Amino acid sequence: MAEVLLYRDIAKQFTGGREKIHVDAKDVRSLLRALDTDFPGLAEVLQTDMAVAIDGQIYHDALLEPIEENSEICFLPAIEGG
Amino acid sequence: MAEADKEFKWIGTRTIRPDGVDKVTGHAAFGADFTLPGMLVGKILRSPHAHARILSIDTTRAEAVPGVKSIVTSADFPEITRENAIKGESPPNFHDLSQNLMARGKVFYDGHAVAAVAATTPAAAEEAITLINVEYDVLPHVIDVDDAMKPDAPILHDDMFTAGVEPKPTKPSNIAKRIIFTKGDIDEGFAAADIVVEKDYTTQAVHQGYIEPHAVVANVAKDGQATIWCSSQGHFMVRQYCAHVLGRQIADIRVTPAEIGGGFGGKTTVYLEPVALLLSEKSGRPVKMTMTRDEVFRGTGPTSGSSMSVKIGAKNNGRIVAASAELKFQAGAFPGAPIQPGCMCCFGPYDIDNVESVGYDVVVNRPKVVAYRAPGAPISGYAVESTLDILARKLNMDPLALRELNAAGQGTRTVHGPTFGVVGYKETLESAKKHPHYQAELGPNQGRGVASGFWFNVGGESTASVSVNEDGTVTVTSGAPDIGGSRASLVIMAAEILGIDVNKVRAIIADTSSIGFNRHTGGSRVTFALGMMVTESARDIVRQLRERAARIWDIEVDAVDWKDGEARPAGANAGDFPPLTLHDLASKTGAGGGPINARASKNVQAPGPAFATHICDVEVDSETGKVTILRYTAIQDVGRAIHPSYVEGQIQGGVAQGVGWALNEEYIYGDDGRLQNPGFLDYRIPVASDLPMIDAVAIEVPNPTHPFGVRGVGEVPIVPPMAAVANAIEDAIGLRMTDLPMSPPRILEAIERKD
Repeated sequence: MAEVLLYRDIAKQFTGGREKIHVDAKDVRSLLRALDTDFPGLAEVLQTDMAVAIDGQIYHDALLEPIEENSEICFLPAIEGG
Repeated sequence: MAEADKEFKWIGTRTIRPDGVDKVTGHAAFGADFTLPGMLVGKILRSPHAHARILSIDTTRAEAVPGVKSIVTSADFPEITRENAIKGESPPNFHDLSQNLMARGKVFYDGHAVAAVAATTPAAAEEAITLINVEYDVLPHVIDVDDAMKPDAPILHDDMFTAGVEPKPTKPSNIAKRIIFTKGDIDEGFAAADIVVEKDYTTQAVHQGYIEPHAVVANVAKDGQATIWCSSQGHFMVRQYCAHVLGRQIADIRVTPAEIGGGFGGKTTVYLEPVALLLSEKSGRPVKMTMTRDEVFRGTGPTSGSSMSVKIGAKNNGRIVAASAELKFQAGAFPGAPIQPGCMCCFGPYDIDNVESVGYDVVVNRPKVVAYRAPGAPISGYAVESTLDILARKLNMDPLALRELNAAGQGTRTVHGPTFGVVGYKETLESAKKHPHYQAELGPNQGRGVASGFWFNVGGESTASVSVNEDGTVTVTSGAPDIGGSRASLVIMAAEILGIDVNKVRAIIADTSSIGFNRHTGGSRVTFALGMMVTESARDIVRQLRERAARIWDIEVDAVDWKDGEARPAGANAGDFPPLTLHDLASKTGAGGGPINARASKNVQAPGPAFATHICDVEVDSETGKVTILRYTAIQDVGRAIHPSYVEGQIQGGVAQGVGWALNEEYIYGDDGRLQNPGFLDYRIPVASDLPMIDAVAIEVPNPTHPFGVRGVGEVPIVPPMAAVANAIEDAIGLRMTDLPMSPPRILEAIERKD
């Protein structure tokens, strides 16, 4: 299962403080759906001006990006450069 | 990917710049160089007040000036509600953008646009804007970020409540947002420390200082179809922003990019373009608008000034066990300071178990900030890298050794979440330690400082095409403005894949109606992302060429190799055919199946992060307070330097801007909230005589996600300089400078305090 790392303030708000959640998902979209089923409202927060890092690589607007069995998933603020 | 392991013919060579001759002979066409028959001149009336309610705007007298053809105010812009502020997938906030373009109801800073005029001559336009009568109710203002956070501060936006705090506030505030990034247990971490250092810092707002002021020509035809010629970091961005702000359909706007005379993040938004479109539409004639330098300073975005506190705890052996930062960034008149990347980047180079970064996005009565190279990272980097230097001194430890002991590498989990893949930070430290600069002797009043920096880099939506011309030459077409040498890089990558002379390949930047969407040039993305699209397209061309040769020879395509720009039988069993060159195949496209073209479009992902370590030597004149940069070495993991001269130029440019930020640049406001130094005479950017030759050292730790190993290079070189200079000053005269700029008056003041 993929390991999802959540920021502490998001974890406090949605997951009872659990910052690591394990999810069985084949891509980012199915992962978000699974998270939202268990923690209603979380998917919206994780998609609002957020990017996702899969195994350390950062993706923007990446709902269909595949996730491996033991991937590390982290949602982080979208990044704009200069 | 395979390309990164091959021997290269063109990658890594210093080919002639495609834009060089035009630029050095003065033939390059920049934003202000376009003209059209019957063109009018547009001018903007700007607020003289830092904060005021607009009671009325009377344009009657201005309209009567001979030659005046159109006038616009906020009444001509569609009102965008907060509910409809976000369109599409990403920022900006179009409510705020619209209000920044033309004040609606209130002005929020000295220089805020209030009205615009188009007339047949500059004199008529200038006269007309002086005759527009604006009645203001002047309000209290706030310029400083700490002042703006006080409970009794003048409030800029009555409908703004701080996001990110619990319980949700019931009173409006200038703090748009509070964010927090946490890893581990910060209290436990500090409790375990043998030594804790803590320091407060301030930095000033600084402008990107691009040499070319904003300029545009806009022409709206009678059927509403509009054409724009302008200099920007993204003509697709200009098209999109104009369409959304003015409520037009995107297909009705065509934007042609000019050469750009610098942007550095400052041209990733619009200021003049929607205004020029409205003036053109109302007058029925083309309108040209060009900012003065005064307008650039007063009306366009700098990056944030800040107030920061940093605390670092370590064991006596130098291992850092806890680090925290509280960062307060000025956003200008509307929310959007680069506080998130500021928080995310500042501890990026280090592997620390317990970290916390807290950030505040704070509105003040200054121009809305806009991106500036590695937005936010240089600001927070100055505070963290200065504090690390203090720690190294207290531990009596070499500052590079301290960084090496705590350096992030593959497998380090960052404070912003992800775990690093292949990164080259440790390699930059190793190189710095071995560099002759680090061992060189210093004289009296001279000192040496080091500092490091981190930036994510970005990818983004990109389109490129490659076309083979009838004579075997090749045209590469992309849609992201060339700011730092992307045309040269794209040409080199295409030539490498096609196996042809680089001088047979030319690159152009197409207008918005001639190629698919491209995200703007920024975040050090173009050579990485467009390079990937050009590489894919060139590979597709090679595939097509092999297929054509196979058809001509009547053999299987797998039996055809493409090498050194020609098709060859793959081996003796494939047959004995003379090679077919690209020229041979290109000259017979009619019989061969038609034109040879390829296109690639993608939302390019997974850019490799960049790290840098800088060494700076200074000499401080204790009588005048002047700091002279004696020697500067900037070491950076560039992934793969496609064109080393451009890479070095990016690094040198970043350092030069960082040195200006460190030593002299600042916005100076009077008590009346008006900017007092809106020009290069009083806002001092470094000139050639202020800087030594900057030694740019490129370390190549290839980015595994790119076919040639490219990492973005343009952002991270501006991150370390402020701390490197501050650390060198302390080394020279024993004074820790905690406020930027470290200008002669500030140095003298610090020396006097010490004495």
